[in-house]
Amino acid sequence: MADGLAGTASVPGAASLAAPGSPHASMRGVTRVYPGAAPVHALGPIDLDLARGEFFSVVGPSGCGKSTLIDVQAGLAVPSAGEVTFEGRPVSGKVPDGIGVVFQEDASFPWLTVTDNIAFGLRRAGVDPAEVRRRVEYAVGFMGLRDFARAYPVQLSGGMRQRVCIARTLVLQPRLILLDEPFGALDQQTRLLMGDELLRLWRETRATVLLITHALDEAAMLSDRVGAMSARPGRFVDLLETGWPRERDSSLVAEAGFGAITARLWSHLRAESLKAMGGAPP
Amino acid sequence: MSRGRAVLASRVGLIVGSIALLEILCRTGVINPLTLLPPSEMAVAMVNLLASGKVAPDIERTFSTVAIAFALSVVVGIAAGAVLHAIPRLRRALDPLLASYYAVPFFVFYPVLVAFFGLNEMPLVAIGFAAAMVAMAISTLNGLDRVPPVLIKVARMHRLGRLRTLFLVVVPAAAASLMTGMKLALAYAFISIIAGEFILSGKGLGYQIAYAYNSFDNKTMYGLMLFVLLVATAMNSLLHMWEQRLLRRRSRA
Ligand SMILES: Nc1ncnc2c1ncn2[C@@H]1O[C@H](COP(=O)(O)OP(=O)(O)OP(=O)(O)O)[C@@H](O)[C@H]1O
Ligand SMILES: [Mg+2]
Repeated sequence: MADGLAGTASVPGAASLAAPGSPHASMRGVTRVYPGAAPVHALGPIDLDLARGEFFSVVGPSGCGKSTLIDVQAGLAVPSAGEVTFEGRPVSGKVPDGIGVVFQEDASFPWLTVTDNIAFGLRRAGVDPAEVRRRVEYAVGFMGLRDFARAYPVQLSGGMRQRVCIARTLVLQPRLILLDEPFGALDQQTRLLMGDELLRLWRETRATVLLITHALDEAAMLSDRVGAMSARPGRFVDLLETGWPRERDSSLVAEAGFGAITARLWSHLRAESLKAMGGAPP
Repeated sequence: MSRGRAVLASRVGLIVGSIALLEILCRTGVINPLTLLPPSEMAVAMVNLLASGKVAPDIERTFSTVAIAFALSVVVGIAAGAVLHAIPRLRRALDPLLASYYAVPFFVFYPVLVAFFGLNEMPLVAIGFAAAMVAMAISTLNGLDRVPPVLIKVARMHRLGRLRTLFLVVVPAAAASLMTGMKLALAYAFISIIAGEFILSGKGLGYQIAYAYNSFDNKTMYGLMLFVLLVATAMNSLLHMWEQRLLRRRSRA
């Protein structure tokens, strides 16, 4: 890992743009209303500070605005109210340098091979071809795609395609990684293993991670903090700190505290999911 | 691959078989040779005609007219499709027009076009363009509609500008529809221009076929028909092959 996707993740200077102690990324009073004949209030108001190097997960009922949250933080969608910052600068209508997103939907380019998909961003950024090859080869191995390096996405399973997209974003060495249910298409075993790899990557790159997931155990095991969201319009109804050490992996699921965390998340999620489905909260 | 070869073999077999059957029917007198030349004689007539160079100016005329109309319709059609896609209001306003567009017999406007452009190839270019451009525009619209929004988000995440987004993401994502549009545009331009020459013009392949028909010159008529048939088939096959090469890899099972 160390020689592959890590390395220049923390660009000197970028950090100094933000005042010391200020959050790496933040949202203040952020809401998002989708305009139209019948406007949809999808999100917020949200207040969130992500500390540099923090691993933060979000769980919430379906349709509560989790993807919208990612879009807004990434600069892919403009908030209807409130302010979004990244490294001390306002985010508005444009994705700042240093943010990488893995989308919920299959976002692989069907006309490019696995290798060319993963190299896409590096080539656009004018990275030296030898360096591109090195990083892409590493990522291909890391994601278990070696036998499919020259395959096209249509020849891959949904989970493999999602790994291509994860690799395509990670090779850019973003300082803030936004992941929207990246393991949704993976089976439980692969999911846990990918979780371990993600933790390793997070430790080595010192990146800040915002992970959306619907798997409570995933949130509980991977994160420093977990935010539980309400039914739409999504707001945080709970922010809990897991207190895990930085060196951690999936063996955490056997820890005594683990069950307490998932139980607390579930208590929120159960109520909010019932609301989201139109049922009465208990 | 072997399946593709089998399909190809049966296709060739079918064509060869039909030609052979036609030949036999003509030779045995089942079909009156005054009505239809045997295919072998058509081929001979075609080769002689081409070798004599008599129709070379007409061939050139027809091809250049089709080429201009096709090129114009592709450029303008893609641009029009892109504009309509970018301005939904305009698109909604023009929707009924697009839907009923091909109900209009363009040929009735020929006199107007002649008055406008004069007696040269431009009126036929205009007719070919009119027939081809809207197919290209509609195909472009279809293609743009089918570009998954998440791919545009990926482009924005990579901080690509408008042009690079267009050429690196939008065009490849819409390539299949654009190819369909080009195939249709070429076919429509070719059909309408040959037909236009046939009915309205004093030059071109269509005109020569009509002329041979009116002067009972069966050899020339059938020779030219065969030539037009071969050219149309060859053009379409070329575009088809190009399309397959472009799309094969991403739909390969
Ligand atoms: N482009 C849009 N126009 C109108 N409404 C939208 C749009 N995108 C999302 N919404 C609505 O906003 C709400 C939040 O959507 P979002 O995709 O952010 O939810 P989510 O939490 O990511 O859902 P899921 O769990 O299914 O991924 C939903 O009710 C959705 O219907
Ligand atoms: Mg979502």
